[in-house]
Amino acid sequence: MTSTPLLTATPIGDGLELRPGGSWTAANVTSMEALSESVMADLDRSKAVRLDMNGVRELDTLGAWLLEKLSRRAIAAGHLIEIVGVADNYAGLIDEVRQVNRHNPAPVRAPNPVLAKLGELGRSAMNATDDLAVFLQMLGSLFMALAGVLRRPRSLRITSLVYQLYKVGWQAIPIIVLITFLIGAIIAQQGFFHFRKFGAESYVVDMVGVLVLRELGVLIVAIMVAGRSGSAYTAELGSMKMREEIDALSTMGLDPIEVLILPRIVALICALPILSFIGSVAALYGGGLVAQFYGDMAPAIFIARLHEAISVTHFKVGIIKAPFMALVIGIVACSEGLRVKGSAESLGRQTTTSVVKSIFLVIVLDGLFAVFFASIGM
Amino acid sequence: MQPVMPELAIHVSDLVVGFGRQTVLDHLSLDVRRGEILGLVGASGGGKSVLMRTIIGLIPRRGGEIEVMGQPIGGAGERSTQDAAARWGILFQQGALFSSLTVRQNIQFPLRENLVLSQGLMDEIATAKLEMVGLRAEDGGKFPSELSGGMTKRVALARALALDPAIVFLDEPTSGLDPIAAGDFDALIKTLQKTLGLTVFMVTHDLASLNTVCDRVAALADGKIVAIGPMRDLLQSEHPWVRAYFHGKRSQMLQPQIG
Repeated sequence: MTSTPLLTATPIGDGLELRPGGSWTAANVTSMEALSESVMADLDRSKAVRLDMNGVRELDTLGAWLLEKLSRRAIAAGHLIEIVGVADNYAGLIDEVRQVNRHNPAPVRAPNPVLAKLGELGRSAMNATDDLAVFLQMLGSLFMALAGVLRRPRSLRITSLVYQLYKVGWQAIPIIVLITFLIGAIIAQQGFFHFRKFGAESYVVDMVGVLVLRELGVLIVAIMVAGRSGSAYTAELGSMKMREEIDALSTMGLDPIEVLILPRIVALICALPILSFIGSVAALYGGGLVAQFYGDMAPAIFIARLHEAISVTHFKVGIIKAPFMALVIGIVACSEGLRVKGSAESLGRQTTTSVVKSIFLVIVLDGLFAVFFASIGM
Repeated sequence: MQPVMPELAIHVSDLVVGFGRQTVLDHLSLDVRRGEILGLVGASGGGKSVLMRTIIGLIPRRGGEIEVMGQPIGGAGERSTQDAAARWGILFQQGALFSSLTVRQNIQFPLRENLVLSQGLMDEIATAKLEMVGLRAEDGGKFPSELSGGMTKRVALARALALDPAIVFLDEPTSGLDPIAAGDFDALIKTLQKTLGLTVFMVTHDLASLNTVCDRVAALADGKIVAIGPMRDLLQSEHPWVRAYFHGKRSQMLQPQIG
């Protein structure tokens, strides 16, 4: 059916006769492009060009455009061109192609690279202030919604809250237990390995206890939750934004913050302290197992040491941080979700931003708390 | 000289499609001739889109044969379907433009994937297609989320036409367009069919476009094609559903022009 495209150029005096033949269709575009390139030089030299289309067996938009380009080049150079032998069924196509690509838009001028870099820097600085504003705005609207709910407790979405608690709390337990258990075990193993050199094995229990309860338990859990539930919040809200579901809610006279975001963030604030507690216990358990099997320390001794080494203060220091971290994760996740624009790419970008930003903020917050607790002597 | 081509663009015989216990298409047969515009009408939820999606291999069938341009169609992703896919273009109802690519990149996508050609030529072809569907070259840099409904349909049509397919499938091309834009779109399809020699398979509810652009209309009811022929013949049809469709209150308004 399809045959190879041909293009023969025969000089006649100071003129040129071009005879395209075969199938000038998209399937053969590579050889067609090469063919039309090869006659360009001859074409530029010839005063008169005759394009004989009798040999063309098949023609489509691509082929018609390549031939049209040849004739435009000749016309632009001020030469005469004559087109003959156009089959009736292709006349419409050739007329159509003659109309296109006539007025090319002005090419966009590449900006000065130095200025472009400076502009980028300025824009990212502006974006940073934007981020802060978005965060504060979400915090503010969240408290407004919370105040509204406190005034009218019936407007709290109990079903949604319970469902979110189930998703971010209950369903997260297995993975959180597994990860914190491993972290506890690894810290204990490293402690025994290095402390053994100067016979301070019993202090491993102090290290594991203090580290897990004050810092690592809550931090690991918060990072896990940011990756697991924060990303889910952003993606959910983002795709709802894309499908105009959020606009639909507001036009029904409902506040999206109250309906969608408040239950999610409240669920996080409730779930994170509980998960931190479970995670810390799992980490201590992991440390205890390592103490028994690697450090040759009986469980009774481990528990007795732990009792001496840690106090309720350590536990409080850890657990107080959890709701604040949950608040930060929730606000970042939800506000990034609402910033999703129309495209699928934007959804992916906002989800990534949400996770990266909430993990960063959680760690910064942890640092601030460390300074705070140190200065009040806890 | 015209190369030898099969007389029928689409040949469907004895097609059965169902989901679970429900049978949507029940021993359906349909032929689409080369170079014609066929309109398919049917009740909402009556299987029009299912028929179209089955022909293009997106929905598995329980029985029957489908041939597109003489090529048998298997499931999506099968060799024979992929070969046929190079010869058809599809306009989905919502456009289905790739949201992370610009309009120009969307049109170039089939070219880039299927052919080897220079970027310069690809840009020119994309602009040519844009202008053929009535958009400006400047629109090429926009993203799908910045387009209006009518522009989205036009861009989707340009993408469907990128490889100069022999057949285009249009799923409700004029739905959601105002009457002027819908009329323009009909005229555009008619022009492109004439210039490019397209076969058009169009699912539509738009009585005006059935009347103005379609060479033949097929009516789908109870999982079968109950009537097929030029609009004039369908108006005479005795089938109760077809009568109700073309002689209902909304259709009455169009009767003077149609008659």
